[in-house]
Amino acid sequence: MSGWEQLSQYVMSGLTTGSIYALAALGFCLIYNATHIVNFAQGDFISLGGLMMYTLLGAAGLPALLALPLAVAVVAGLGVMLEALAIRRAKSRDLTVLIFITVAASALFRGVFKEIWGKQALAVPPLSPDVPLRFLGATLTPQNLWILAITLAAIAVLIYFFNHTLTGRAVRAVAINPKAAALMGIDTRRMVRLSFALAGGLGALAGAIITPITTASYHVGVMMGLKGFAAAVLGGYGNFLGAIVGGLTLGLLESLGAGALSSAYKDVIAFVVLLLVLFIRPRGLLGRGEEARV
Amino acid sequence: MLSVQSVDYSYGPVKALREVSLTVGPGEIVSLLGANGAGKTTLLSVISGLLAPARGQVLLGGQVLSGRKTSLVVEAGLVQVPEGRQVFGPLSVEENLQLGAYCRRGRQHRQQVSRDFEQVYHLFPPLARRRRQPAGTLSGGEQQMVAMGRALMAAPKVLLLDEPSLGLAPLVTREIFDIIKKLPEQGCSVLLVEQNALGALSVAHRGYVLTNGSIRFSGSAAEILGDRQLREAFLGPERFEGSTGNKP
Repeated sequence: MSGWEQLSQYVMSGLTTGSIYALAALGFCLIYNATHIVNFAQGDFISLGGLMMYTLLGAAGLPALLALPLAVAVVAGLGVMLEALAIRRAKSRDLTVLIFITVAASALFRGVFKEIWGKQALAVPPLSPDVPLRFLGATLTPQNLWILAITLAAIAVLIYFFNHTLTGRAVRAVAINPKAAALMGIDTRRMVRLSFALAGGLGALAGAIITPITTASYHVGVMMGLKGFAAAVLGGYGNFLGAIVGGLTLGLLESLGAGALSSAYKDVIAFVVLLLVLFIRPRGLLGRGEEARV
Repeated sequence: MLSVQSVDYSYGPVKALREVSLTVGPGEIVSLLGANGAGKTTLLSVISGLLAPARGQVLLGGQVLSGRKTSLVVEAGLVQVPEGRQVFGPLSVEENLQLGAYCRRGRQHRQQVSRDFEQVYHLFPPLARRRRQPAGTLSGGEQQMVAMGRALMAAPKVLLLDEPSLGLAPLVTREIFDIIKKLPEQGCSVLLVEQNALGALSVAHRGYVLTNGSIRFSGSAAEILGDRQLREAFLGPERFEGSTGNKP
């Protein structure tokens, strides 16, 4: 394999995992913007997305075109439940308490997943038959392309939603200034619930498209969720574009780092770069710090 | 039209409002005056449904609004322009106005809403020039116009204005008050909360003076201005029309 082909291979694989980190990071941003809490159950949304695909595609034999939206809907529902049953009902409005509720919810989810799906790794069928393709010197599976395409499509839908629909703008208004939004008659609770649903849906999407490569298990999303969190911090926490840039950067760093040194160091390389970036730019790559007071 | 009846509100053990009653009739501009901490903003929050009164009620055209969600209060036609403008800074002027019409998002309102856009741009010409600009980059006076325009997009029957002149230069304050004076012609009554008492009374028909959570005095603008004791005790002799009304 030539150097060019190797580089191309690392870049493609970095973009693939980076896409997953970006989707997870977007989930973190959505919930943070709506509520200012860090949702540590984001990784479990990813796990459930993969597990649902295992059941719906493999066991129930549904076509992918049906299984994927169904998996997304189920996990979006779990997101709404997390908000309605745990976050909303908490007696305390203290952010630390609310964040810990998500940590507890994450442990609970993992326990339930383990009861239902067991401990073993489960093979999830890919979205289309596994025929290796050559692309710019790299060898890819169709699943790699699915991941890139579905991530791009999800980002395009989000951009449209937040910039060109009234409901999307209302979600942004609640994030910018909840009191002023309420005074305009916007139901802030509904927008928060919608943010949890979207975060769940994005997590499910990430899990559904990556597990044909990694296999599914009750805890497969945990590490991906943490990397998504790191990606969100890298990009500037709460910034959507930052989440995407942060996710892809982290994926590329891991992949190129593993190629240049050893795959044993891939997590270390990624996190060292994350620390360096945060030393130089504590707000993250695209973070603007506090929204200008008006 | 708007009728506040014997409203009480407490923050824990601290009574913020005691037996507050006031009315705003159709086509009226009514000013609510009082020093910092008198309870003006608390009263507006109760009227807007952000806070539920411990006792008493708020009615609009006979319909009880107290204790209901803010979204229902807005739909009923009672809209507040909060203190400090609180525009959605990163969103464009047009997006801010569009969110003001959130309560009229149904298809059946579409024509009326687009007419109201033109109406607001007519009332606030600087906004028409800055439609696409992020609202947070506008000057203080222009942001006040965005905040008022945004509220007018909800087609309110009564507009609640909390300190619209706060932090504005005298000339800009004059401009804002001139626009407030025109609102009754648009079918919108106004409850104007101000520390800049002389400025407020120059546009208001009537006024109430709130001290320590109770209405101390009510009467026509001329009566309040004519009462020497009121002037000195509540309005402050040093305040002149068009002063900035900045909080100390």
